[in-house]
Amino acid sequence: MANPPPKRRAGEGAVSLLALPATLFLTVFFVLPLARILLYALDGRLLLQADTWGRVGRALGFTVYQAALSTLLTLVVGMPLAFLFARYKFPGKTLWRALLAIPFMLPTVVVAAGFNAFLGDRGWLNLTLMRWLGLGAPPVRFTGTLVAILVAHIFYNTTLVVRLLAHALEHLDPHLEQAARVLGADGGKVLRHITLPLLRPSLLAATALVFLFDFTSFGVILLLGGPTFATLEVEIYIQGMHLLNLPLAALLSVVQLLCTVALSFLYSRFLPRIVTPFSLRPAEANIRSPRRWGEKLFLAAMLVLLVALFLVPMASVPFRSVARLEAARGERGEVRYGLTIDYYQELFLNRRSSLFYVPPLAAARNSLLYALATVLLSMALGTPAAIALARRGQVVRTLDALFMLPLGASAVTLGLGFLMVFRRAVTSPWLVPLAHTLIALPLVIRTLQPALASIPPRLREASRVLGASPWRAWWTVEWPILWRASLAAATFAFTVSLGEFGATLLLARPEYPTLPIAIYRFLSQPGGLNYGQAMAMTTILMAFTSGGVLLIERLRLPGSSQF
Amino acid sequence: MKRTLIPLLLGLLVLAACGPRQPATLTVMTHDSFAASEEVIRAFEQENNVKVTFLASGDTGTALNKAILSKDAPLADVFYGVDNTFLSRALEAGIFEPYESPLLKDIPQEFQLDPESRALPVDYGDVCINYDKAYFAQHNLPLPQSLEDLTRPEYRGLLVVENPATSSPGLAFLLATIARFGDPGYLDFWRALRENGVVVVNDWETAYYTNFSGSSGKGPQPMVVSYGSSPPAEVIFAEQPLEEAPTASLVGPGMCFRQIEFVGVLKGTKHRDLARKFVDFMLSVRFQEDMPLQMFVFPVNPNAKLPEAFVQYAQIPEQPARLDPVLIAANREKWIQAWTETVLR
Repeated sequence: MANPPPKRRAGEGAVSLLALPATLFLTVFFVLPLARILLYALDGRLLLQADTWGRVGRALGFTVYQAALSTLLTLVVGMPLAFLFARYKFPGKTLWRALLAIPFMLPTVVVAAGFNAFLGDRGWLNLTLMRWLGLGAPPVRFTGTLVAILVAHIFYNTTLVVRLLAHALEHLDPHLEQAARVLGADGGKVLRHITLPLLRPSLLAATALVFLFDFTSFGVILLLGGPTFATLEVEIYIQGMHLLNLPLAALLSVVQLLCTVALSFLYSRFLPRIVTPFSLRPAEANIRSPRRWGEKLFLAAMLVLLVALFLVPMASVPFRSVARLEAARGERGEVRYGLTIDYYQELFLNRRSSLFYVPPLAAARNSLLYALATVLLSMALGTPAAIALARRGQVVRTLDALFMLPLGASAVTLGLGFLMVFRRAVTSPWLVPLAHTLIALPLVIRTLQPALASIPPRLREASRVLGASPWRAWWTVEWPILWRASLAAATFAFTVSLGEFGATLLLARPEYPTLPIAIYRFLSQPGGLNYGQAMAMTTILMAFTSGGVLLIERLRLPGSSQF
Repeated sequence: MKRTLIPLLLGLLVLAACGPRQPATLTVMTHDSFAASEEVIRAFEQENNVKVTFLASGDTGTALNKAILSKDAPLADVFYGVDNTFLSRALEAGIFEPYESPLLKDIPQEFQLDPESRALPVDYGDVCINYDKAYFAQHNLPLPQSLEDLTRPEYRGLLVVENPATSSPGLAFLLATIARFGDPGYLDFWRALRENGVVVVNDWETAYYTNFSGSSGKGPQPMVVSYGSSPPAEVIFAEQPLEEAPTASLVGPGMCFRQIEFVGVLKGTKHRDLARKFVDFMLSVRFQEDMPLQMFVFPVNPNAKLPEAFVQYAQIPEQPARLDPVLIAANREKWIQAWTETVLR
């Protein structure tokens, strides 16, 4: 970062140069492996078979349908929450914010177990209702329904909307809204004509990201949706890995990729050409405690939403990690719980002296090291790329779309491509953070780019006119904005890496498991102790993520004090 | 500065891939469920002055896919974990080279499915229906004695099975029904099972921990498609010591499907002698006696003694269902597709 920034009106050459590292990275670790496996597996004869298109069409139709619905609902939940976090002070705010980031990295198996403990046929909601209403059968059907898929997607991706929108909202110039009010606009009008249009870049980025995550959804569909639902990614997995029908899996991957390309271009087309500059006020200028009781009601409603949709499903995991079903399981009837710390103690014992036993701290250390490497790498590649993409032009548009692609690629297919391109090197533990960076990079760029694009050029020019060196102008004008956005981006990279379950993508070395891999190992064998240890390990993972996110949030302070 | 990062990382990648030379490293590719005792593997390493590295490569199908895709430049010397449902795919793809291990003479003929000894049997396990003992006792419900019984009204909505398109025990159970009722007779059975409220989920973890009432998940169904070795696992991994397993298996004739897992030396290995020694080692009593408590499978070597918990709580079906691996490979896709149309649509 010691170089002076390139001039603002620099040509496309400078743009390409800044985006070069990230482009190279994507070429080597994404385009190459994917092209290799697709060229190997694709088979033209498949295109002529009648039932091929029926199968592709059915999977594609459902994928788009559930993704669109999930995205819409996630926005409906996420926007008011973003507003809450950006505009109001309330007790426990930082904690709630960190809590919202946790779902993003929870393994799907655990999320499914959490939702089932709450909403499943024998979850406590159904048990309570059955007792109160004297019913013989559970009244609420959740698992295996479309509702379960939608709820889980909201649970996972709301943090994306909240983070991207709240960041933009915090830094909107309050004068614009105030002026509108003075001119007689009511709250709804201000929202429609001032706030929402100003938020458009961030809103578009959030929508595109959430849609892509829902579009390529795999674990949620498989575990909560059940066997009657199949997205493209699930179908790719079934065809490729269980039926060993690689040609069909490759064809489905191409369809999924083409959809992503189309979406990415659509996104950059809709991105407004003229970006309204953010105000350089510290975030605090827009934040206050709720005063009118309409505001208090809003706060209360949002808190209820947070508890019901996020806290309760999550809390069932730590609860289960210290709760034991009372012995005598021979007697059926009411489920009783006793408190225990056995599961945590057991984590530290290698009872069967297994070769692959990993102490929980070692798994946590592996996870943390991979996450740090991912943060460093994705920030190092993503920052110059985002600076380049904050400008306009044809090259930028193409690159913009390219950087979104990893989110839409099939992880199953890409994993096989890695194998064919990197061969023996694929067994190196180094490949784990590299793979995590592939997923983190689009998030990092999407977070940084709107912030950078909104830096008012007049401010830079003013500081130059006042005699500041280019370096000083960059340091006082661009750096504070960049710093805040970087924190949000780093948080994404960190959580993506912590939660990623790499076994689908890579040849995992069993001696360096991450926390999610350790959790899966416990869950893949029967027995109460294994189940309990999986819950205990998940609780540790949750603690690590929220700790990490809280720590990153702490770093918010330094940059903003300058304004 | 940042532009130097990529070559640097690539360099590190290459370095990490080459690694130090001494002593020789033997690489074993397996599925995720592979496990072994540390001392057992260390003993092999010391005897042969070798370092053994394991590559866990996903579930059975994924691992096999990876082995097939990398067969021109194999990632490993030995591949363990292909089962009888995938066996002929592995043999057709030609990933293994033949090896007549001297230990094969001890191993019963029923397990040796490849006459050319490219794939050597290591272990077996039976996919059976597990049931919640307490539920059946409390409801005075007799146990189903055959697959046909499952379609009777008293068992309505009591069974959870895995989707054969996404789960290997799910596929094994489907194969048991095909062995029993034939093709297309099995579809009539599944139609009846569907009418009788069979619950289908995608994976074993959900079936066992979320739906099954005998596990610590305390789900709604008292019968689940799982393994014959699950009841001893419930005792060994009990939260508090148990006198008796809370679950047991239905092992009537033709109700269980036997899965056999194989090991082989990968074509193109640079350590052929060591690879063969490792295969011998996996068939030897030392490793075979270690397996049950590590992977919850049964040894194919009859000289290996079973651990106490297995003797006490595991049931081995006398007449498991069997199907020719060649037949399975040829029809797997067709059977699963037809099953999907019948049960899920």
